Formats: sequence, C-alpha cells, structure tokens
Amino acid sequence: MAEPLLSIRHLRKAYGALQVTDGVSLDVRPGEIHAVIGPNGAGKTTLVSQIAGEVVPDGGQILFAGADITRLPVHKRARRGLARSFQITSVLAGFTALENVALAVAAAQGHTFRFIRPARSDRTALEAAAALLEQVGLGARAQVPAADLSHGEKRALELAMALAGRPRLLLLDEPMAGTGHEESAAMVRLLEQVRGAAGILLVEHDMDAVFRLADRISVLVAGRVIACGSADEVKADAGVRAAYLGDEA
Amino acid sequence: MNTTSMRRAAIPLILFALLAVAPLASDGYTLSLLARAMIFALAAVSLDFILGYGALVSFGHAATMGIGAYAVGILAEEGIGDALVAFPAAMAAAGLFALVTGAISLKTRGVYFIMITLAFGQMAYFVTQSLSAYGGDDGLSLAVRSTIAGHRWLRDPLIFHYVILGLLALTFLFCRMLVRAPFGRVLEGAKENERRMRALGVNPYPYRLIAFTLAGALAGLAGALFANLTEFVSPAYLSWYRSGELIVMVVAGGVGTLYGAILGALGVVLAEEGLSLITEHWRILFGPLLVLIVLFTRGGLAAVLGGKGGADRG
Amino acid sequence: MSLALFLVQILNGLQLGILLFLVAAGLTLVFGVMDVINLAHGVQYMLGAYLMVTATALTGSFWLGLPLALVAALVLGLVLERLVIRQLYGRDHLEQVLATFGIILFVNEAVRMIWGASPLSIPMPQALSGSVPLLDGLNYPVYRLALIAVGLALAGGLYLLVTRTRSGMLLRAGASNAPMVSALGVDITALFAKVFAFGAMLAAFAGAMAGPILSVEPGMGDSLLILAFVVIVIGGIGSMRGAFIAALLVGLIDTLGRSFITDLLKLVMPAADANQAGPALASMSVYLLMALVLFFRPRGLFPAPA
Repeated sequence: MAEPLLSIRHLRKAYGALQVTDGVSLDVRPGEIHAVIGPNGAGKTTLVSQIAGEVVPDGGQILFAGADITRLPVHKRARRGLARSFQITSVLAGFTALENVALAVAAAQGHTFRFIRPARSDRTALEAAAALLEQVGLGARAQVPAADLSHGEKRALELAMALAGRPRLLLLDEPMAGTGHEESAAMVRLLEQVRGAAGILLVEHDMDAVFRLADRISVLVAGRVIACGSADEVKADAGVRAAYLGDEA
Repeated sequence: MNTTSMRRAAIPLILFALLAVAPLASDGYTLSLLARAMIFALAAVSLDFILGYGALVSFGHAATMGIGAYAVGILAEEGIGDALVAFPAAMAAAGLFALVTGAISLKTRGVYFIMITLAFGQMAYFVTQSLSAYGGDDGLSLAVRSTIAGHRWLRDPLIFHYVILGLLALTFLFCRMLVRAPFGRVLEGAKENERRMRALGVNPYPYRLIAFTLAGALAGLAGALFANLTEFVSPAYLSWYRSGELIVMVVAGGVGTLYGAILGALGVVLAEEGLSLITEHWRILFGPLLVLIVLFTRGGLAAVLGGKGGADRG
Repeated sequence: MSLALFLVQILNGLQLGILLFLVAAGLTLVFGVMDVINLAHGVQYMLGAYLMVTATALTGSFWLGLPLALVAALVLGLVLERLVIRQLYGRDHLEQVLATFGIILFVNEAVRMIWGASPLSIPMPQALSGSVPLLDGLNYPVYRLALIAVGLALAGGLYLLVTRTRSGMLLRAGASNAPMVSALGVDITALFAKVFAFGAMLAAFAGAMAGPILSVEPGMGDSLLILAFVVIVIGGIGSMRGAFIAALLVGLIDTLGRSFITDLLKLVMPAADANQAGPALASMSVYLLMALVLFFRPRGLFPAPA
C-alpha cells in the first residue's frame, strides 16, 4: 500500500462543551478519492477547516506528505500542494474568470511578488489559466466577471483555481452544493478527469456523486468516524444505516 | 478596447493636459490654488492606492503627509534646505512611520483598522504639538522654499507648478504600474476575498505592508511640497480632520481608479474655494453637495465621467 | 498630589466617561444594528447643547427647557434619518463616511449661522448649583455629581432596555440578522428609525447636560465624536457593556493623564523634559490605550458575536 498523502491522527476540536471533532483519524492515498459523508452537524466543515489550516485543532496531528503540518498557516499548506474549494463559493467576484485563474497560477508559481510588468502581460500564466478554464468547460466564459457566472460555473471556476497550483491534494467542500442536476453531473465528469492526478478529500451530500466517485468513504457522525470502507461496505454497515442512511430512506 | 476603457484611458490624459496648460490662463492666485489642489491630489492618489485597491482605509493618512512637511521644516531649521536631501528625507520619515504603524495596524480589519490608523495619526499629531523647539502648537515658518541643487527655482510659481505636476504624474504612473502588476492583483484579490488568497498560498500581509509603506512615503512627498507651498508647517497638517478630508476626496472622486482621486482632490479644493467666493458660509452648500454625490452617484466623479464599473485595473 | 485632588480628578474622569457613554451608546447601536458609520453623531451632541440654550432661554427654566430640547432633538433625529440616513443602509461604509461628513459640515455651519460663532453658556439650575463637602477640604459641585448619577441611572436603564424588553430583543436580533427579523414580520425600517432617533436623543441629552459646565460652541461635537469612536472600538462595536466600560476607562485615563502624567514624569526625568513630554503623552494616552487594546484584541474588549 502506498504511503498516505494525507494522514489525520486522533484529531480533536471542541467549541465550548461541544466536541465537534472527536478523535478523527483518516488518510488519503495519492490519487485516491476519499469521501467524507455525514448528517448535518457531524463536523465535516470543521474537519475541512482544520486540514486547510483555518482552525487549529485542540489535539491530534495532521501529516501531509510525511511532514507534520498541524500548526502550519493556511498559505504555507497551500504552497506545499494542498488546494481547496469552499463550501460557499469563493471566487474573486470583481475579477474575470480568466483573471481569477491567472492569479491562482501566478500565486502557485510564486510570481505574485512582482511590481513592474502588468499582470496581463504574463503570457505563461494567462495561457496556463486559459487551458485550465478549457479543462473545466469555461473556455468560452474566460472574459466574464466571476460575479456574473452561474452558480455551477462558479463551482467549476473554483475547481480550476484549485487545480492551478498542480496540487497533490484537493480538499473539496461540497462541490455539488446548490448546483442543479446537469451541473452536478458535469462536476462528477470533471472530477473523474482529475482523478489520479491528485488525491482528493471530498466532503459531499450528494450520495449519487459520492458513490460514483469515491474509492473509500468515511462516515462522520457527531465528530467521530463510525465507518470507513468502500461504497458497498459502508452501505452494508448497520451503524451507518441507523445513523445516516436510515434518516434518508 | 470598448468605450468605457477608452474613456477611462482618456480621463487622466485630459486631466494632465489641462493642468499642463493651466498656467497660460492663470494669475498668481489661481496658480497657488492649483498647486494646493495638485498636492492634495498627490496625497489622495497615494491613499486611493491602498484604499481603493487594498481596502485599507487609513484615517491617519494626513499624519504621513504632515510628517513629510515637518521633515522639510525641521531640516530647513537645521540649515538643510535643499530638496534633493529634504524631499527624500520627508519620504523616508513618512514611509518609516507608515511601516511601523502599518505593521501593527494591519493585524486589524475593517472599522478597527480605520480607528487604529486614526489612533496613530493622533499620536503623531500630539507629538508635533509638543515639539517646542520647532514651534510646538504654533507651528514653524520656513524662511525660504527648498532649493534644488542650490538653485532657488521653487520660488518661481511657474516652475513650482510644473514640479508639482511632474511629481503628481510620476506618482500616478507609479501607482498605476503597481496596481496593474501581479503585486496589485494580490492586493486587490485579498481585498475581495482574503480567505481565498490564503488558500491560493499567498499571505496578503507583506503585500499590504509594502503598499501601506509606499503610500505613506508618497504622502510624505505631498507633505514636503505642501510645506513649500505654504512656507509653514503646523500640527494642524496632521489632524484627523485632514485625514477625513483626504478620504472625502478619494470617495467623492471615485474609489479604486487613481485618477478619481485626482478629480476628487481638484473638485474638493476648487469647490471649497468657489463656494467661499459666494458666501462665507460655504460649508452650508458644500455639506449637502457631498450628501448628494453619495445619494446620486455610485462610484463618485470618476463613474460620472468614465462610466460605471469596478476598479480600473487597465 | 493630595488624596482630595486625586478624588476630584477621578470624579471628573467619571463625568467625562458618562458623557462619552451617552454619545457612544447611540453610535454603537446605530453601527451595531444598522451597520451605518454615522460621523454626524457628534453634531447631535452639539445640537442638544444649542437646543438647550434656546429652550432654557424661552422657558426661563432648566427643568422645562430640558424636555423641550430633548423632544426637538428627537424630531431632528427622525428628520435626519428620513432624509439621509435611510438612504445609506446597505451602502458602502465609505459612502456613509462621505455623506455623514457632509452632514457635519452642514450642521456646524447652520449652527454658526443661527447661534453665532462665539461660545454660549447654559445657566446652572438653581437647585443643583453650589457644592457639597465630600471629604475634609474637598468640595465638589452638586451639578457634576448629579450628572454622574443621572448618567449611571441611564446606563442601567439602557442595559435593562436592551437585555430585558421586547424592543431590546428585536434590536439584538436585528443586529445579528436583519433579514431574518424582517422575515418574522418586524418592520425593520421603523425599528431602525426609532433606534436612530433614540441614539440622537441620548447624544443630545449629553450635550444638554454638558452645557452648564462646558462652553457651547460650533464644532464642539467633533472632538467628542472621535473620542466616542475610540470608546466603541475599545469596547467592541455593537456591545453596550463594552461601550460603558470603555467610556469610563477613556474618561478616567484622559482626565487623570492630563492631571498627573507630567508630575509622574518628573519623577523619572528632568522637569523641563517632563513639561514638554507630559502634555503630549497625556493627550495621546487614550489613543495609546486604543492601539494597545486593538493590538491584543483586534475586535475590542467585548467583541460582538460574528
């Protein structure tokens, strides 16, 4: 078995008396899609925030590519190849789609600390950005301000920005949330294309998408992982059925 | 290039052309009024650079301007009256003040940032008040305007006009270069969405600090010019009211365009003067004018002239 | 420095703190609830004083003049809200700064035109003039004591209003989630107008009460406004408790600083230097306090829940 790319060990986080992350351990192997599912309030977003570095855990460890990143600030994690999308779409609304991705490319290349030549004359960044937009199906929308994109397009734009850094791990926080049927199908196709190039930790409510994409699924309930395994194993797990799938049936 | 961007490109050109030919039709009084307006325009451009592109609303920008003025005044008092020394010293002093206060202030956001910059501005104000060796409360008169490499050129209002205009143009071009460069994109990206910038691997703090310091240094240059124009420096130059006026100029002109700051500064200085010719109670007209600008224009004078839309990133 | 002098300065500091609180309370409400930066709040304080000048002159009585001035201030607050402030909800903070800066210019000038530029005064009410002995050799003006007492009572009343009543509950709910409250069928526009006018009246009350001990002049609200902003930022924007504690803190530090810093400095440096540095340091003290507080607590002492 390959060395895991991301490895979370006994992570704990409490807000007051509420234990939001209660000894979570899980890992993501290179090229694997590992989905985290769970009912609302299970602590999925807090978990993502701790992995991304926005929330400092009370205890436990986060290892990324073998190094301890538990206390590393967000931007340093990003530079090590940990990219993310946000649950609430988070693009630079005043920038065009192309400008959004070009900035992400420049950031990844360490080209942002430059003062003289205009950003729009940075051909390499623009070409790379255009290629990424093409890849996520936004090639024709490059010059549209991000604020004017549809919700699904914004989600795709976020993915393009996340991919700009050629990340080793993608942290996707509900990429299908709020998208229509068509758009989420397109997102599934996109993620299937990306699969293999990077490990993906996918937090998602859309069960169809999860079962189609995930190599492994961890089920988070009340801050604990109650089951982890393939789609079939998780579906068959009695605890999961009771705690989670049962609610939906 | 669409019409909006053509108009936007044309406005600064027309502005600078008008300012360049203005002396042909001006008497001494108008020239000194224009000099005052252009000096405030320079400070306003530097404020718009951080305010419009970085959302760093400094309520202490007049302090950096005042420090530049004091640098010129104090050096002159100590016998160093040459602009080639005094002006860089003014920029360095103001930039250093901005660097130190910025390093602390940039830990805060939004309104808290506005207020902590106000606090540092007020501290500088009270320090100048206590400088009894340099006039204290009463301020300090300059015996003569700064020399340039020993020449008394700045005494000539015409030369002074073009020196200010040249420095204003350089400042404008310098700031425009910065906002168009990747550096400026990060500044603006962090204004729009700081979390996103961090997730992209960029820590906005050093970018903001550099921008804040540069803006401070440029305001210091404006202060150095202002000391020469009035041949006087006083604590009032650093007061919060002045800082408020600078914000008013930037906002009335149109935030995030750079040339809007020039329009705003010219507009405010000239409107104040124009209205005060009508009545000594000119503020009774000027106040409602500001309210009307907010209520009926979105994006200030620049939006009226250059079309609506977001920041001008060229 | 005698104990009596120290006590007097503490009382003076409390009294400045109370005035600051009355102005800051409205400011923090308008800011916390409506998200409007209202620079014109200082002119409400000034208007309170001027209205009081006229009202006491008309009625010949402090006690008849006070309610008259307050009602007039309330009405002016409602008019200002209706004409300008209402258009500023949801607008950019900078546009609010610009518009309310315009209001300051207008009102200051209007006051100058109506009442003249020279300082006016409000006669001390007969019942509260004179002073009472507090300690041996320490007499303190009754009026100032009354001011402190009334201010403390008002602060208590405000606290109860905000925490215990239905309007207060709506207010706090509206502060954190205005769309939600209005979805529940509450008329947010009317609520905001009431809050604004109420805040204006509180500031006017402070101005009216300050009238007999300070000089009434155009622009008197401007420096107080800046101090009130310092107060609400130290306290944490939107927090009534924070505003109260910060107001007393700022009032005390400013007053005690001006009285004692120079003497304290003389203990550690030559008298000439202390005479120069002391006043500057004293004027700076509240800003130093604010910078320090924000450095360690970037959202003030009592940050409102995000």
